[in-house]
Amino acid sequence: MSVDETMVRRIATLARIGVGDEQLPGLVKELSSILDFVEQLNELDTQGVKPLTSAVEATMRMREDVVTDGGYPDAILANAPERDDDYFAVPKVVE
Amino acid sequence: MSETGGTNNLIGGATGDWEIVLGLEVHAQVMSNAKLFSGAATEFGAEPNAQVSLIDAAMPGMLPVINMKCVEQAVRTGLGLKAQINLTSVFDRKNYFYPDLPQGYQISQFKQPIVGEGEIEIDLDDGVVKKVGIERLHLEQDAGKSLHDQHPEQSFVDLNRSGVALMEIVSRPDMRSAAEAQAYVKKLRAILRYLGTCDGNMEQGSLRADVNVSVRRPGDALGTRCEIKNVNSIRFIGQAIEYEARRQIDLIEDGGEVKQETRLFDPKNGKTRAMRSKEEAHDYRYFPDPDLLPLTFSQSFVDDIAAGLPELPDDKKARFISDYGLSAYDAGILVAEAENAAYFEAAAQGRDAKAVANMVVGSLFAGLNKAGLAIADSPVSPSQLGGLVDLLADDTISSRIAKYVFELMFDDGPYQGRDAADIVEEKGLKQVTDTGAIEAAVDEVIAANPDKVEQAKAKPKMAGWFVGQVMQATGGKANPQAVNKLVAAKLGLDEDA
Amino acid sequence: MGDLTELNLAEARDGLAKKEFSASELAQAHVDAVAASAPLNAFVLETADKALAMAADSDARLAAGTARPLEGLPIGVKDLFCTKDIRTTACSNILDEFTPTYESTVTQNLWNDGAVMLGKLNNDEFAMGSSNETSRFGPVVNPWRGADGQNLVPGGSSGGSSAAVAAHLGVAATATDTGGSIRQPAAFTGTVGMKPTYGRCSRWGIVAFASSLDQAGPICRNVRDTAIMLTSMSGFDAKDTTSIDRPVPDYEAALTGDIRGLKVGIPKEYRVDNMPAEIDALWQQGIDWLRAAGAEIVDISLPHTKYALPAYYIIAPAEASSNLARYDGVRYGARKAGVDLEDMYAGTRAAGFGEEVTRRVMIGTYALSAGYYDAYYIKALQVRRLIAEDFAAAYEKCDVLLTPTTPSAAFPIGGKVDDPLDMYLNDVFTVTVNLAGLPGISVPAGLDKDGLPLGLQLIGQAFGEEQLLRVARVMEAAAGFAARPQAWWKDQ
Repeated sequence: MSVDETMVRRIATLARIGVGDEQLPGLVKELSSILDFVEQLNELDTQGVKPLTSAVEATMRMREDVVTDGGYPDAILANAPERDDDYFAVPKVVE
Repeated sequence: MSETGGTNNLIGGATGDWEIVLGLEVHAQVMSNAKLFSGAATEFGAEPNAQVSLIDAAMPGMLPVINMKCVEQAVRTGLGLKAQINLTSVFDRKNYFYPDLPQGYQISQFKQPIVGEGEIEIDLDDGVVKKVGIERLHLEQDAGKSLHDQHPEQSFVDLNRSGVALMEIVSRPDMRSAAEAQAYVKKLRAILRYLGTCDGNMEQGSLRADVNVSVRRPGDALGTRCEIKNVNSIRFIGQAIEYEARRQIDLIEDGGEVKQETRLFDPKNGKTRAMRSKEEAHDYRYFPDPDLLPLTFSQSFVDDIAAGLPELPDDKKARFISDYGLSAYDAGILVAEAENAAYFEAAAQGRDAKAVANMVVGSLFAGLNKAGLAIADSPVSPSQLGGLVDLLADDTISSRIAKYVFELMFDDGPYQGRDAADIVEEKGLKQVTDTGAIEAAVDEVIAANPDKVEQAKAKPKMAGWFVGQVMQATGGKANPQAVNKLVAAKLGLDEDA
Repeated sequence: MGDLTELNLAEARDGLAKKEFSASELAQAHVDAVAASAPLNAFVLETADKALAMAADSDARLAAGTARPLEGLPIGVKDLFCTKDIRTTACSNILDEFTPTYESTVTQNLWNDGAVMLGKLNNDEFAMGSSNETSRFGPVVNPWRGADGQNLVPGGSSGGSSAAVAAHLGVAATATDTGGSIRQPAAFTGTVGMKPTYGRCSRWGIVAFASSLDQAGPICRNVRDTAIMLTSMSGFDAKDTTSIDRPVPDYEAALTGDIRGLKVGIPKEYRVDNMPAEIDALWQQGIDWLRAAGAEIVDISLPHTKYALPAYYIIAPAEASSNLARYDGVRYGARKAGVDLEDMYAGTRAAGFGEEVTRRVMIGTYALSAGYYDAYYIKALQVRRLIAEDFAAAYEKCDVLLTPTTPSAAFPIGGKVDDPLDMYLNDVFTVTVNLAGLPGISVPAGLDKDGLPLGLQLIGQAFGEEQLLRVARVMEAAAGFAARPQAWWKDQ
């Protein structure tokens, strides 16, 4: 199964990774070869097989409704590339 | 799909009639101490980023752990919506990028939500009741808040709200008018508040609605819909629908096509506008969250919650009608808020419920609205209101005096919060019912105003002036019915003139 | 006193207990060794001061008789584990100088048991790789060199961990394994590497690659040391929903040396096409050793084995594409300024992610996207179930499985970077174990014709680490692997 440059551009947009025109042919080749490789899964008939999302055979554990966390804005903002007082700052978004 | 609304909801366009089709997705913040997947607090109004855990900030290596209370609240709500409770459900990641979505995905539920189909009854004008179907309810994380108006080149991000539990309640597209949509939100909100699963505070954003609007010719297939996001008041819901329906109708009638898009309602101009978005339709790439396991609970977990459900608005309304003999209208008003219904019931014990209802819906609500008070802070308690009703019931005071006494009991002043009987006694407000005394007063006024008596013979409505004079002369205490009767009789008029 | 770095973990532990030397001396010896190891590029951050301070504290406890299980033992930490107040990068530019304000549960367990931190170890960027060549800090050089002195890869993604242990830079290292990233580098460096059952160790505070596959585990010089480290690293963590609440046994006590009557399964599908003869021979050797020790050898079939690698290369990238979405320049790490928000995202992630990470995020995004989800992601999860069922069926007939760890010995740096698929084939024997969530261990078993180490893998049942370690210890004893790389890097 191959992808073409249009698809690679679309994936890059969904993944928010900037991709220059000069990178496209290489990515097309590499991604296509990986997709060709995984294509062999279609040799298997998996009709009726329930997908296995987790190796854990258990029901989800729930926790009590108690406030045990938060209250440390300095730690939360400690690694912020840009901040304004106690807010994270990003380039302005117009909705 | 429910096609009948009981009333014709068609609106006219240039080329004929149109039907509006509406579906609502309501996001209700769950009442819980801590967030859905983190232990940070959920209270409104904290300092920026003060209620944010490492998990909420999506720090490297952080993992979600689910809050049992949020699961209970979702089940409770599902039961209140008479919906199917799914004993097993799955949390999925909804992937997209936005600064107030720290993980780059929202933990939500896609194919297997915790609650399935249900329904609610909405109350329309003229006592009409319509059923609106619920498709599903699922749990999901709320995002943080972005502020775009604090700085010329930057937006600011506060993650306090990031990770708070939301219940997304999706209706079937059963509504056909703005009024129906508003009634739906009102009823849903009332149910959530009764259950204690969401405080329904739309100003603070704990209840918000995405409104899906499409139009079609009656009988046609569904038209293309637009989604108006995050409408946060019942009034705006009405305005947004009116505007959007008209916009779509005008567009189609002018030969255009409605484009499926997400729109925002601007309360300043009453219009909807398209959100600035990329040409790419969102591909959320839902997949089961591998940091979590399927959510499973037993039927007895559900049954325990069901056993603790309060009486809900519809059942309470039916009971008020059957047990207290209230009209559907009055009952509907009283049950809209659980606190109001509770107040009424406390006051109504052992006395004329209708009279109590009148006073609650009339004087009490007027007073509360004017003073901006919640009923919990009413200066007049249920038993005090009841006491006032008793004085009215045994004719101790007239209804006009009762209103006056209520105001004294309610408003700031020396009589605030005091018992009605005491006030009536102190201020000598007992009604004068002694026919002889009233007759004497009537005779006096008639004697003093012969010219008016003449006028009254020609114009019977002049009797009202005499009644007014008698009331004045008796300091307002004469029984108005008796005065009316005697004045009419003395003037030789038909009492009903 | 001699060279204290010659002592393995258990020997150092016992030496400290007998007061043959102090924890400070032991730490200093390893700190010096690390400082002289630059050509290996195993460490990306050396924490000498911290190590010595922790060692001084250990000495106090040793003197007071309150020594904990790993008291004073110097170890390295893969730079995927968040360490409080110490830079953690996942060896990616996108994390820049990120300094966590929190400590991962696994490393906290180790500090709670008295271990001493020498520094952060190199790895493939975001744990994506099999050769440690995708790190922002440059490749790690295997202490073992090629026949003509070539620089070889140490395996990946835990290449810094495996190289450090092989070069005696610390007595152990923490590592993580998603598709083989502990076992394969252990095999390439003549060390022991173990991935426990999924859920045995907490994932809290470990930079996530593929959530349903990642597990932390130790790389050590021998099986006993591995058992000791695993005991400290393991344990239930309420902060990790996938963490399993099961008591942690004393894994060292499981090394009884007795495997009589144990059934060892030999899965025929692991004999792949073009399997090098010496790997096959080594595998046969392993079978003989275990039979000689009293185990019963059973032929097993794991029919879906060959589909594990393609399934893995859909599932892991899919989960990674979502796990790495948080690296967006907003709250931590590097940010590349942009004309607007979208530009900032695109520029930050393009500059911050290397090629392999970009490839995998894109494959994962594609596999989850509308129209492809059923064909790729769901299909892969269905195959995953078939693979897990293969193992479940096999374990009705045997107790553990024996396979080669890798299809070759360590290869030259740069030898496979041109073809991602060729690189992926390194994991062909190991990924099955992650997909099924089972424990697996690689034990050095012999040398290839170029004198490079080869490993054999044992795969156990879920939470059957005790049995697995017991067999591994027996096989280790039988193999008698004693080869050591020359410490060429000290001369450079």
